[in-house]
Amino acid sequence: MVRRNTIVFFILLAIFAFAVCAIIYPMFGREELRLGLDLQGGIHMVYQADFSDLEPGTEADAIEGAMAVIERRINVLGVTEPLIQKQGSDRILVELPGVGEAEKAKNIIGETALLEFREQKVDEEGNLTWVPATATIDGKEKVLTSGYFKENTYVGQGNLSQILLYFEWNEEGGEISGEVTGRLIGQPLGIFLSGEPLLGDDGQPIAPIVNSKITDRGIIEGLSLKEATELSQLLNAGRIPVPLNPIYEQTISPILGADFIDMSLMAGLIGIILVMLFMIVYYRLPGALASLALIFYGAVVLAIFKLIPVTLTLAGIGGFVLSIGMAVDANVLIFERMKEEFATGRTLGAAIEAGFNRAWTAIRDSNVTTAIVCVILIWLGSSIVESAPVTGFAVTLLIGVLVSMFSAIVVTRTLLRLFVGTRLAKRTSLFSAHREKK
Amino acid sequence: MMFDITGKRSMFLIISEIIILIGIIALVVFGLKPGIEFSSGSILTINFEQEVVQSELQEELANLGYDNAIIQRTGTGDFFIRTQELTSDEKIALEEAMGARFGPLTEREFNSVSSMVAAETVHNAIIAVAVAAVGILLYITWAFRRMPKPFHYGICAIIALVHDVVLVTGIFAVLGAIMGWEINLMFITGVLAVIGYSINNTVVVFDRIRENLRRGVHPDFEMVVNSSLVETLSRSLNTSLTTLFVVLALLLFVGASIQNFALVMLIGIIVGTYSSLFVAPTLLIVWEKGEWGRLVFLPRAKTEEA
Repeated sequence: MVRRNTIVFFILLAIFAFAVCAIIYPMFGREELRLGLDLQGGIHMVYQADFSDLEPGTEADAIEGAMAVIERRINVLGVTEPLIQKQGSDRILVELPGVGEAEKAKNIIGETALLEFREQKVDEEGNLTWVPATATIDGKEKVLTSGYFKENTYVGQGNLSQILLYFEWNEEGGEISGEVTGRLIGQPLGIFLSGEPLLGDDGQPIAPIVNSKITDRGIIEGLSLKEATELSQLLNAGRIPVPLNPIYEQTISPILGADFIDMSLMAGLIGIILVMLFMIVYYRLPGALASLALIFYGAVVLAIFKLIPVTLTLAGIGGFVLSIGMAVDANVLIFERMKEEFATGRTLGAAIEAGFNRAWTAIRDSNVTTAIVCVILIWLGSSIVESAPVTGFAVTLLIGVLVSMFSAIVVTRTLLRLFVGTRLAKRTSLFSAHREKK
Repeated sequence: MMFDITGKRSMFLIISEIIILIGIIALVVFGLKPGIEFSSGSILTINFEQEVVQSELQEELANLGYDNAIIQRTGTGDFFIRTQELTSDEKIALEEAMGARFGPLTEREFNSVSSMVAAETVHNAIIAVAVAAVGILLYITWAFRRMPKPFHYGICAIIALVHDVVLVTGIFAVLGAIMGWEINLMFITGVLAVIGYSINNTVVVFDRIRENLRRGVHPDFEMVVNSSLVETLSRSLNTSLTTLFVVLALLLFVGASIQNFALVMLIGIIVGTYSSLFVAPTLLIVWEKGEWGRLVFLPRAKTEEA
């Protein structure tokens, strides 16, 4: 029994050491805790697709196309870890962490952006620059854009199994294209999105060389399959397969988020210290052991947050801090029970075991009810647009509840058992336990 | 020493009835002020480099056509401007106009919710609260299935919950009327957390009643409930205290967007502890003994006890 307890103790110690390492050092490719938009700043947009002008049956393709184009457009911004997600069948969620220039980002995502074809010119200073490829039609200067495509472009293979991207201009596009390509034979034609060149697999701008004058349909050669497919999606989506209307927006400046992190760290720290002080003053030695279990609890929960990873929002930290207060609940239940058992004349060791066994049903039932609420909150979070705070809170609280049951029961019991049979255990004042006076 | 808690059940129940009544009156008279998540609209939080007087800002907004804009000053000197739903272009125009009048400004936060999203959120939040209540009722009934009348336990726990929720929302109705506090999703999250927390306390007391009934500590149901209450009293108070510590820390140090949540929790923990000690168990006795008169007649109940 004693030996088994010692083994458990060392296993717990190993878990604790692992958790601390996981928090401090990068592990499984995770460098740091993942922070939600409200803590690191950024943009959260939800767009509603308007299918009213679409042929029935093409909605899913339109959404996929729109998502592909948004993704490509966002890559131009160089955002780390952007999130583009389909919500339901007709909504797209876009999350851009850490982006400060909200307006630029929104314009780039927005539906109006078209792909623009540009030609190279030498400017006054002798540098090679890209300028919009224009043609004068009926006395008006017009820029060649993907808005003039007649049908969707598609990707195919030529006789030598080379990758080809087929496209076709509409009438006006054909006139502009005829003039532009006629002028640029042998020269590159760059493809730009919101003023930025599209980059190929090699990181260089995609700029096919014009081989001949194109007035109706043509092909682009020399792309890889991936490049061709992406470009095709982009060109097709550039024709706006479906209008997207913003229905929810949240932008938070990164500065504001930094304040919140400091403040919530402070709150967590003060909360945990107050709880520990209370436990030690009220329950003495068991309270001190419960405080150690609380440190174990905090480290394991943070490690889980980092490794899963759980996106920490302000509400999520609120859930975590709350769970600290609730984590000692199981210990309070057990210690109160221990005192009662001790008062009826049991030995300390027997009182400890009885305390744990008798408190179990109450611990189980009370934690299950909290878990039910968490699961319902997670459902609520998944069913609404502004899900981040609700889900963040529920997930951290649920993890907290599960880990706290383990730490309060297994960790505290193991530590207490280490003390039973030592000299310290003879000093019952350390346990703030009294025999019933009769 | 033995406290007689259950003997004073008429008093506790009447106190609770008065509390609920006040809460309902506050809700009816003031109503809850829904935030943009529930009623749609936009909130723009900006920071001016120069000192700006709030009344002048209000005036400028009115000039720009935002007569209904609600302006609040945050603790850090930012302005919090709530308007009807703004499009991106309208927001830029608004910021430019304010910049022209009051000098350079930085946008700290912008949040915009369309009416479609708001309606969905209200709908789903109501479902969530209802499902939570039913889920807990079912679980408690199941957990106490071996007891006689397991349903009583579930219903009494739910009544204690409704008690807590009415009081919390009632206080927010008053705060809304006096200080312009709005309820948002964090409020709903807090209410659900209170539901979970309050039920947690109730379950601990009920668990002890279950155990003491099984052990047959006393033939009288009232005495069983009373000794169960007394035995779990220090646990209930201690757990509430530790949770209060962390909630207070959240309220004092983080505030801001989780202020709603922390305040709901603060009130909820206090009321929830009260209801799980004095409402749910005493109702159990009232139901068991069929003494419904205690819910209405305070003076007669008193003479009965004497």
